[in-house]
Amino acid sequence: MGVKSYTRPKLEQSAWRRNLKLVFNQESLTAWLFILPSLIGFVIFFAVPAVRAFMISFTEWNLLRAPKNVGLDNYRELMTDPQFWNALKVTGLYVIYNIPLQTVIGLFMAVVMDRVTKSILVRGLLVLPYLISNVVVALIFLWMLDPLLGYVNAFLGLFGIDRQPFFGSVSQALPTIAGVNIWRHMGFTALLFYAGLQSIPKSLYEAATIDGANEWRMFRHITLPLLRPVTVFVLVTSIIGSFQIFDTVAVTTQGGPVNATRVIVWYIYENAFLFFKMGYATAMSVVLFLILIVVTLLQMRILRADSSDLE
Amino acid sequence: MALASKQSQVIKKSFSWGYAVTWLLLAILIIITILPFWIALKTALSTPSSLFVNPGSLLPTDATLFNFRRALGLISLEESVAAGGSGQSINFLLFLRTTLIFTALIVIAQTFFSAMAAYAFARMKFVGRELIFFFYLSALMIPNIVLFIPNFILIKNLGWLNTMQGMVAPFFLMTPFAVFFLRQFFLGIPKSLEEAAKLDGASPFGTFWRIVLPISRTPLITLAILTSINAWNEFFWPFLVGKDEEVRVLTVALQIFRTQTPQGAPDWTGLMAATFLAIIPIFILMVVLGRQVINSLQFSGMK
Repeated sequence: MGVKSYTRPKLEQSAWRRNLKLVFNQESLTAWLFILPSLIGFVIFFAVPAVRAFMISFTEWNLLRAPKNVGLDNYRELMTDPQFWNALKVTGLYVIYNIPLQTVIGLFMAVVMDRVTKSILVRGLLVLPYLISNVVVALIFLWMLDPLLGYVNAFLGLFGIDRQPFFGSVSQALPTIAGVNIWRHMGFTALLFYAGLQSIPKSLYEAATIDGANEWRMFRHITLPLLRPVTVFVLVTSIIGSFQIFDTVAVTTQGGPVNATRVIVWYIYENAFLFFKMGYATAMSVVLFLILIVVTLLQMRILRADSSDLE
Repeated sequence: MALASKQSQVIKKSFSWGYAVTWLLLAILIIITILPFWIALKTALSTPSSLFVNPGSLLPTDATLFNFRRALGLISLEESVAAGGSGQSINFLLFLRTTLIFTALIVIAQTFFSAMAAYAFARMKFVGRELIFFFYLSALMIPNIVLFIPNFILIKNLGWLNTMQGMVAPFFLMTPFAVFFLRQFFLGIPKSLEEAAKLDGASPFGTFWRIVLPISRTPLITLAILTSINAWNEFFWPFLVGKDEEVRVLTVALQIFRTQTPQGAPDWTGLMAATFLAIIPIFILMVVLGRQVINSLQFSGMK
């Protein structure tokens, strides 16, 4: 008894000390010093602004006067703002013009490349547009697609096709912007698919050939299923990027003609930095964030991202 | 010799119509990819007044370096107007310098600080490690625009609008991707070298600096390449905080040049010359480090 009552406090004390040591030992102090710069950057430019965006969305704030708390008013206003709904519609349409074609062309390119060449030069040429900034790409296409002097209209003229307005017309502006970005991204998409193709064992194709499978069946039953992890990555990241299209619009159409290319991020930009409606703009950005989360979760679900087809 | 003959054997053996058609398709895709660059160069090499003559031609009419010299500020304004250029000037060399500084600051600082953090996450034990790392990863999901509005307000309140520190601040100390990318690599290197250094009495930072960084040259270069391409091409953030001429990067300068064009047609030959000059650093990067760039990009999809 006496011994027990003597040892107990000592045990407790050492456990407490051990916990203290766990937090303040040499190794964890060093570790904190190592992560400190990044942690400062993270807190100031990622964590705090993320929370702050949410808070600003409940205020009315033009940056000149103090923010005024308005509760859910910004969100209510969104619901009845035809421009907001238009922006969502235009953005959705853009994603639909952009993603399927870009992914299919990228996959096609990768398969073609895989067939005939491993040349790093070919891959380098095809991925070049992806390395050039959106602004530069947009300017080059603005010139190529110029209604009067552009190369594309001159080329179409050779086949007796009339001059097209491209960026200048309500019906063509959005598909044109999508086309520009397909051109910029198709090589990069192809590169990712190409890397995926390299990881498929060639023996599978040999076995299938012996079994008398034709090209299409092999593509359908070997290539596509085994490319699924890459496909998931390509689709998830390119759709997230596509929803946030901004640079090309800023250089070419700035939302016009009329509202044809007023995509969501451009509309948010206008509200925040041209009309100084910070609360309203952040409320829209929060909604965009939620939409992206839902879209991403849906895709993971549909594409069964967590399971593999190999084995 | 042996290799060459073996290669030609393979080609001979595998030649077929299908093979030729596939190559043809690939050639078409390559032409579609290259053509816009060529048109930009062709335009940059043409005299301003010749654009109306033959828009469909693939070769410049009266090839000249006039536009490049104009973009680089080697020709006076009067001369350039007389030759059919617009009176607009683009101070290319200043913007090029700003872009180089902007890119260099971000690449060096971000890679270094992210490597330090990634090393701690991969190798050291401390309370809260998993939680902090989880927060870093979650930040990958947040769209830029959500963060840019509060960050803009912060930079404005600090009085950092139109300063270099305001432009690099959000990218300087870390990006979640950089930390994540390097941690993956550090997890994979054997601990034996670090343990040996520890036995020799090296400090943790000494070990990191003299052992870990040198053996991680490849992933560090990979990350630096990806970061420099992104920084070089960054438009949105500098567009929000750095429109003043003294801190304008090339992307912002080109956008402003295009949108502030006086009534009538933009100065296409001058614009294409400036555009082409802005691409040249990327071309150089590809020529020098092409293989590395392609491997970096392929790797970015293999997480």
